[in-house]
Amino acid sequence: MSDIKEILSSICPDVTFTEGGENLLVNVPEKKWHDFALKLRDDRRLGFDVLTAVVGMDWKESVGVIYYLTSTSRGWDILEVKVEAADRKEPYIHTVSDIWKVALFQEREVYDFFGIRFINHPDMRRMFLRNDWVGHPLRKDYDADPKLNPIRLDDEKNEDDSCTYVEDEKGHVKRVPVKVYKPEDYVVNFGPQHPSTHGVMRMRASVDGETITKVDMMSGYIHRGIEKMCESLGYPQILHFTDRMDYMSAHQNRHCLCGCIEKALGLEVPRRAEVIRVMMDELMRISSHLLAFGCTAMDLGATTAFFYGFREREMVLDIFEKTCGARMSMNYNVIGGVIADLHPDFVKDVKEFLRIMPDRLKEYHRVFTGNVIAQNRLKGIGMLPKEDAINYAITGPSGRGSNWSCDCRKVRPYSIYSELKFDEVLESGCDSYARYMVRMREIETSCQILAQLVDNIPEGPIRAMNVPKIIKLPVGHWYYQVEASRGTFGVFIESDGQKTPYRVHFQSPCFNLIGVMDLCCSGHMIADLITIGAALDFVIPDIDR
Amino acid sequence: MFDFGKWTSAFNDLLLGCMPEWAAVLIECVLIAVAILGAYTVLALFYILYERKLCAWFQCRLGPMRVGKWGLLQVFADMFKILIKEIISIKGTDKFLFRLAPFIVITSSVVMLACLPWGNGLQIINFNIGIFFVLAVSSLGVLGILLAGWSSNNKYTLIGAMRSGAQMVSYEISLGLAIITIVVLSGTMNINELVWQQETAWFLFRGHIPAIIAFLIYIVAATAETNRGPFDLPEAEHELVAGYHTEYSGITFGFYYLAEYLNLFIVSGIASLMFLGGWMPLHIPGWDGFNEIMNYIPSVVWFLLKSFFISFVIIWFKWTFPRVRIDQLLAFEWKYLMPLSLANLVLMAVFVALGWHF
Repeated sequence: MSDIKEILSSICPDVTFTEGGENLLVNVPEKKWHDFALKLRDDRRLGFDVLTAVVGMDWKESVGVIYYLTSTSRGWDILEVKVEAADRKEPYIHTVSDIWKVALFQEREVYDFFGIRFINHPDMRRMFLRNDWVGHPLRKDYDADPKLNPIRLDDEKNEDDSCTYVEDEKGHVKRVPVKVYKPEDYVVNFGPQHPSTHGVMRMRASVDGETITKVDMMSGYIHRGIEKMCESLGYPQILHFTDRMDYMSAHQNRHCLCGCIEKALGLEVPRRAEVIRVMMDELMRISSHLLAFGCTAMDLGATTAFFYGFREREMVLDIFEKTCGARMSMNYNVIGGVIADLHPDFVKDVKEFLRIMPDRLKEYHRVFTGNVIAQNRLKGIGMLPKEDAINYAITGPSGRGSNWSCDCRKVRPYSIYSELKFDEVLESGCDSYARYMVRMREIETSCQILAQLVDNIPEGPIRAMNVPKIIKLPVGHWYYQVEASRGTFGVFIESDGQKTPYRVHFQSPCFNLIGVMDLCCSGHMIADLITIGAALDFVIPDIDR
Repeated sequence: MFDFGKWTSAFNDLLLGCMPEWAAVLIECVLIAVAILGAYTVLALFYILYERKLCAWFQCRLGPMRVGKWGLLQVFADMFKILIKEIISIKGTDKFLFRLAPFIVITSSVVMLACLPWGNGLQIINFNIGIFFVLAVSSLGVLGILLAGWSSNNKYTLIGAMRSGAQMVSYEISLGLAIITIVVLSGTMNINELVWQQETAWFLFRGHIPAIIAFLIYIVAATAETNRGPFDLPEAEHELVAGYHTEYSGITFGFYYLAEYLNLFIVSGIASLMFLGGWMPLHIPGWDGFNEIMNYIPSVVWFLLKSFFISFVIIWFKWTFPRVRIDQLLAFEWKYLMPLSLANLVLMAVFVALGWHF
């Protein structure tokens, strides 16, 4: 770590370092930030090519952003960069969306919740809230008076109006209005209520005949302000939110939040609990990928394959129901372990599932994958080259479909994954078919992991004995990542020593996925918009949080 | 073989015996209209249940089970519901065309239904260009779909109608060429004669290679013509919500719904007429005893069973295949199916000229 400090100081002498946290924290003056960021990415000694998370922060005396950067060439090292805006009333920070494209949407989210305007960002609209929302809710001085933001019953006005902030030579920032669509564009609206947006996503696509020229993603229709709610609840209380974000990776998400709190507390999780957690994570992944298979097939019009996928998913849900008491929103992981012991049938059920699954996978390939229409519909559609996948931080099966080795279980092993034997699934097609095939092959990988564990569940306690009655995290901030069904899921917690967190941020993989919709869809046809969406497989509550 | 013509001519004589000719014709017309509409409704209801049950079995489900024994009354409940639903009128639509469109669609399918040979002597319209007339009427349906898409003032319906227009106009060519191939073999377009010519053996066997190719082309083109999967782009649920009939409600939607199922029956009926002998029982030359036994099965049953079988095949691949994309759909027709059917037509002409058929 000391060499990296020297390199950073040599690039920009104005940076200061804060140590003592889990990662190196670099404080960068706002004026130098854009040039510094460019060097962070392009300097061969650093190579921070992935912008993992953008966390807006309100430190009361100032507002700013903590950027989490990852370097794939430096063994997935994480670097934290803190940038503070000069003025709290009129905060401006230079954008890095030209360096890491993933920041295009991430910075819009920060603007929405903290009011920080990003200079030179091409499309500085709100991400989730309405255009006419008053205030920025995650700021500590936000006025939550319902009179300011009543429930509005009218349509949003001027949804085509956007703007960009431009800085002149003297340092004055000017707002320049921008239009999202020109009046002559033929814009077709998909959603928020539409059969195949997989939830309340809204897409506005401008089309030329049947060919899509641009897609504008509008989220926020199921935004519940989870991050804001977390700030007023105790740590055991915020756990259940994670099951309700990406409900198809409920176990992994909750595993991540528990892991983050356990890391902050320095808790040791019993071996039995770790094994149970990993088994549940993999079962969840199988269930998620089976749903993805079914929905891809259904979005392409093959309804029978959908039911085949659901038939096997039902077995997984039955296993969950017996042990966790629920089929969705299982609320199973708790701080220090799991809430209940395994059902006596668990081992038998998992073995039965592992026995039938290989044949069923063959059946799926016979009924859908091998079909010439399905192949024509998936191959070459929604190309996402590896460079773009990294630049847009597309992790999970979608990133691995672009041949990017980004499996958190392999590159930054957590829990007991380092002891398990499995191969990371990679496909080099970079198209929808590759993403689809990664999912199908990951079902096999997960079965492989389950087979290794099902006979080796150790005896012992299911929860750490020394979990404090009232959980208070020490002052500081932590970031923890797991591999959820759709990519790398990250939890950021900043604590000021109270019973409630000072700030929680969930870095969800699906949020990045919608960022590439425009890139993938442009030039394809309307039918391909649905195919690409199905192959990226985003879950809307995970985007909106 | 029982000839239903005896009954109908006896009834005709009975009426003529007690009233002037115009009154007899009027009564017969009314009775036929009632019979056609009755058959239309019953068949549509049967087909809805047939498809729901079949697709449920393909998908390891049971299908409707709650209303009546095995869900047999489900379709009546559904139809009753659709009849009493409000017909919503929408702002910004072209009111006249919006109301007219479903009638055009349903009229064209009723007229086609009237041309089918139901049984020996059970045929309503019989004239020398019968099959040509059916093709001509079938292309009227697309007009209703285009009008529906245009008059609804909705982008989904417009795109759906656009797709439908492109698709139906294209696939009509292959459909027509497949039928003409059989007309070349038979030398007639009269539906009644077409059936009688198949007394020795069905056209599928008489014309062997070119007839089998024509049969396959016909099944594909007919599927596209009826907007069924994998060619159901005009109403692609996952892209266009419901395509051209998105804005329709109540019985106006019901018309599209009924017409879709009836068109499935009609294309199956035409397939059984052109390739599988219509109502003609299965006859194998030389097996007189077998042929005689086959004749005991009523001709109506033969016709319906053949049609249901072809519908079964069409339903089968609808529920198995994914949907094609519009450019793939048109490329398939213009680059592969149409050249193939043209070549097949020439092949059939050669076979007929050289007498290589049975």
